[in-house]
Amino acid sequence: MVRSNGNSTVLNINGLTKFFGGLRAVYDFDVEIKEGELVGLIGPNGAGKTTIFNMITGIYPVSAGDVIFKGENITDLPAHEVTHLGIGRTFQNIRIFPNLTVLDNVRVAYHPHVSYNVFDGILRSGRFGRGEKEMTDRARQFLSVFGLEKYQESLASNLPYGEQRRMEIARALATEPDLLLLDEPAAGMNPGEIMELMDLIHFIRDRFDLTILLIEHQMRVVMGICEWITVIDFGEIIARGTPEEIRNDPKVIEAYLGSRAAEELA
Amino acid sequence: MKDKVIKLLLRALAWGVLALVAGVVLRVVGGVVAKQPTTFVQQMLNGLQLGFMYAMIAVGYTLVYGVVKLINFAYGDIFMVGAFVSFFGITQYGFSFVPALLLATVACIFLAVIIDRVAYKPLRQAPRIAALITALGMSIFLEYFTALKFVFSADYIAFERPFELVTWEVGGVTFTNIQLIVAGVSILYFLGVQYIVGRTKIGKAMRASAFDKNTARLMGIDVNAVIGATFALTGALAGTAAMLYATAYPQIFTFMGLQPGLKAFVAAVIGGIGSIPGAFVGSLIMGFTEAMTVGFVPYGSTLKDGVAFILLIAMLLIRPTGIFGDPFEEIK
Amino acid sequence: MKIRSIPTWIQALIFFVVVGVLIQLAFSQGWLTEYWQQIILAGTILAISALGLNLKYGYAGLFAIGQAAFYGIGAYSSALVTKDWTSQWSGSPVGGLAGLIGIEAGFIAAVAAISVLDIGHRQRALRERLEKLISPFETSVLTATLTILVGGGILIVVGGGVGWLVRKAVLAAGPTLFGALPAAFSQQLIFFIALIAGAVLAALVGFVVGLPLLNLTYDYLCIATLGFGIISYVFFNNADKLIPTMKGARGMVAIPRLTTWPWVLGAFAVALIVMRNFIYSSTGRAILAVRDDLTAADTMGINSYQYKVLAYTVGCAYAGLAGGLYAHLYAFLHPTNFTWLKSIDPFVMVVFGGVGSMTGTTMGAYVFVTLLEGLRVLPAELIDWRYVIYPVILLFVMLFRPQGIMGTNELGFLKRPKAAPGESEMEAEPAETTASAADG
Repeated sequence: MVRSNGNSTVLNINGLTKFFGGLRAVYDFDVEIKEGELVGLIGPNGAGKTTIFNMITGIYPVSAGDVIFKGENITDLPAHEVTHLGIGRTFQNIRIFPNLTVLDNVRVAYHPHVSYNVFDGILRSGRFGRGEKEMTDRARQFLSVFGLEKYQESLASNLPYGEQRRMEIARALATEPDLLLLDEPAAGMNPGEIMELMDLIHFIRDRFDLTILLIEHQMRVVMGICEWITVIDFGEIIARGTPEEIRNDPKVIEAYLGSRAAEELA
Repeated sequence: MKDKVIKLLLRALAWGVLALVAGVVLRVVGGVVAKQPTTFVQQMLNGLQLGFMYAMIAVGYTLVYGVVKLINFAYGDIFMVGAFVSFFGITQYGFSFVPALLLATVACIFLAVIIDRVAYKPLRQAPRIAALITALGMSIFLEYFTALKFVFSADYIAFERPFELVTWEVGGVTFTNIQLIVAGVSILYFLGVQYIVGRTKIGKAMRASAFDKNTARLMGIDVNAVIGATFALTGALAGTAAMLYATAYPQIFTFMGLQPGLKAFVAAVIGGIGSIPGAFVGSLIMGFTEAMTVGFVPYGSTLKDGVAFILLIAMLLIRPTGIFGDPFEEIK
Repeated sequence: MKIRSIPTWIQALIFFVVVGVLIQLAFSQGWLTEYWQQIILAGTILAISALGLNLKYGYAGLFAIGQAAFYGIGAYSSALVTKDWTSQWSGSPVGGLAGLIGIEAGFIAAVAAISVLDIGHRQRALRERLEKLISPFETSVLTATLTILVGGGILIVVGGGVGWLVRKAVLAAGPTLFGALPAAFSQQLIFFIALIAGAVLAALVGFVVGLPLLNLTYDYLCIATLGFGIISYVFFNNADKLIPTMKGARGMVAIPRLTTWPWVLGAFAVALIVMRNFIYSSTGRAILAVRDDLTAADTMGINSYQYKVLAYTVGCAYAGLAGGLYAHLYAFLHPTNFTWLKSIDPFVMVVFGGVGSMTGTTMGAYVFVTLLEGLRVLPAELIDWRYVIYPVILLFVMLFRPQGIMGTNELGFLKRPKAAPGESEMEAEPAETTASAADG
């Protein structure tokens, strides 16, 4: 497997392990992702992929192991701090703010950098006016990049599913991450939408200078855009390599289709 | 080598602190107890009696919470109705102990099931907060409706015991027959509920519905019927507990269910909400703490209600899932 | 001139001035009976408290049912201050004031010191270093002990020190400063300060209570806040052992009757405008986001816990302010006014009027008071039905319109301001941008 050398390592995970009581959800997971790569994480349902994401982003505490991001150990940091350091993420079941407008959904992303404080807001000072205008302009520009500006005053829950998905990705990008974690972005999409999604992912990787780690079930997406892939089953790594290598790996076939299918294909 | 020394020092420090704290607590408590040993034993007995009564109510709360994920705020008021019903049985119809008990139990079973059908069932699919608010509203409704003159009236009524109170004195400590009856009935019910939930088909259905309603439905379980049965069971617990409570503390009024209900719920939380043994153990702890506060803390009898909640808040901070609870957070 | 083109702040100003003057005339000219005056005053006061609960529950999604406790804290503390001024129960006309401000200043100083020292981070760093050497249990013991010692130390030294100093300063300077002002004015000034101090105390207590509790899921939060409500009721009942004037279960009397319509309207206007501006700002959006989806908010860089605490604290301040006005309207406080059951009142107002609507909540407050007081004129047999009717209303609302009458809608100047169209909209490019850029 050939990797792009000379780029710095963005994410380095060693020995990541998660126990839920007696249940071993993830065991000894490691990965090293370099700047600019578009990388996949696949495996059967319940293999532990989302658990890994949750540990990286500080939503679950880690049972063992380290997560090193841009050289800094971020293991067990609270989620909002992980985001400040530059990791953005989407969720398998779309998590947007349903009762907020699309514009507000994006404006929330800029809140950590807001240029006025609570008292400015209450007194409606000049700083408030300027800060709001700046935030609103940025949010609008951002939405227009994704073609969502016509929805800006709509409630996020009223958007069609595909647009909601796009908005969720846009919103994650508004936090200006260096690393983007996408959890099954193609879930619930038809083939046409999947094509658009793949284009979108390439587009954002280039436009926003991102490194992307992707969980996905749809093989078309994974094989189509990932540069290399890690496969896990029952919380452990069973294979790693380029899409070609993975497609023909007997262990992978067995994990997805069962040992009989693996025998038949061998 | 230096590392080992540091490790040892730190360990010693940690255990030293623990020993110090434990020592101070023991000395203070021991000193207080040693000065008044009879009060201690007396309050221990009072605490046990309280605890056994709370246990029946606490098990009721935990059953409903386990299956429907709802804090049945109206439960304390179902309890109150049971007390009044048994009172009417005794005074209007001359019932003796067992018939009055049966009457109260049956009445509460009906009431619990009706409340579920009317108020909670329509909101099964609604967000949980809606059901919680409804439970709150139902509780207040019961309290004030029964306080109307043509129902139970707002008076404090002296309860007539259906049997004579018998007391024995041993070394300055008073035992009563009520204590024995309460302890006996409570333990019987506890074993009964454990049997039903653990070994019968309906119990299995309850456990399945508690775990995952939708899957239970797919398996062919009539979840609504199971929930109704659960409420019926809690009604039985409430009715019996109510009559025993009124016998032990013979004054009934329409708000009498508030405090015992809340305290029993707190006890269930302390023991681990959703766990039946937990509810039992938590109740004994609650009863014990309350009785000790009355006995040993200055102004204890006015402060005892607050103490229950201090216990609760302390528990929620240290181990929110309770003693027997499953310590895994729910990621919403 | 279309109504919509008038800037919102002028709309608000006109509204309050018109309403204020009209009602003041109605009071002074006797167009309204004493009965209706009480309803308007009580309704507006309760509306302030309900707005606070709307912030906690409607906007922040916190199912916190201990509002009456904070109402009581504001009521009792402000009453202690003004009663001191008139009857000097503490020996000095500003004793109550000095004590209250001293406590608040000391506490704020201690909290500031703790946050400046960044105890949270240091504790975590220490924990990390220790866990490499000894077991997690032993680490917990040591870090807990250290935190208690350091935290307690700061509280006592910084908090106690600043508090003591401030109290001495107020005791010394107070009588002279206030004495220099004309008597009537100084009493009003004391009232004003008492109201603010009461609200601040309620906020500080809310902060302390909220810190450990706001991490819990809402079932547990509900019971924990209920528990706090009961603890404060027990406290009010027994408070006369600490401060005899509070008279505990016998009820605190002889509070100067300083609440008048101008005060109530002024407080309400400020409370409403502040709430509106607060929720329609970036902080407000953050709070709404936390309510909508806590995990997603965290992932967007919002420290959800922080904003929950903020919303809760401000909500408690509103309750405290309302409580202060209440105390000086009825001139008598009894612990039974502040039981857990009383916390349900603002809840009914919010749920009925509109969860997450300031207009709805205010309407709910007036409807509630009117119903409750209005039914008081019923013949004796039916009076007790008052408290039966309002839980029935609650039940009906939950069954048929759980979001309340107004839902999240607002009227007039309370409406959510639409962001002004900006230059970026003129040059908006069609959605093809993304696909075509990717192909290139």
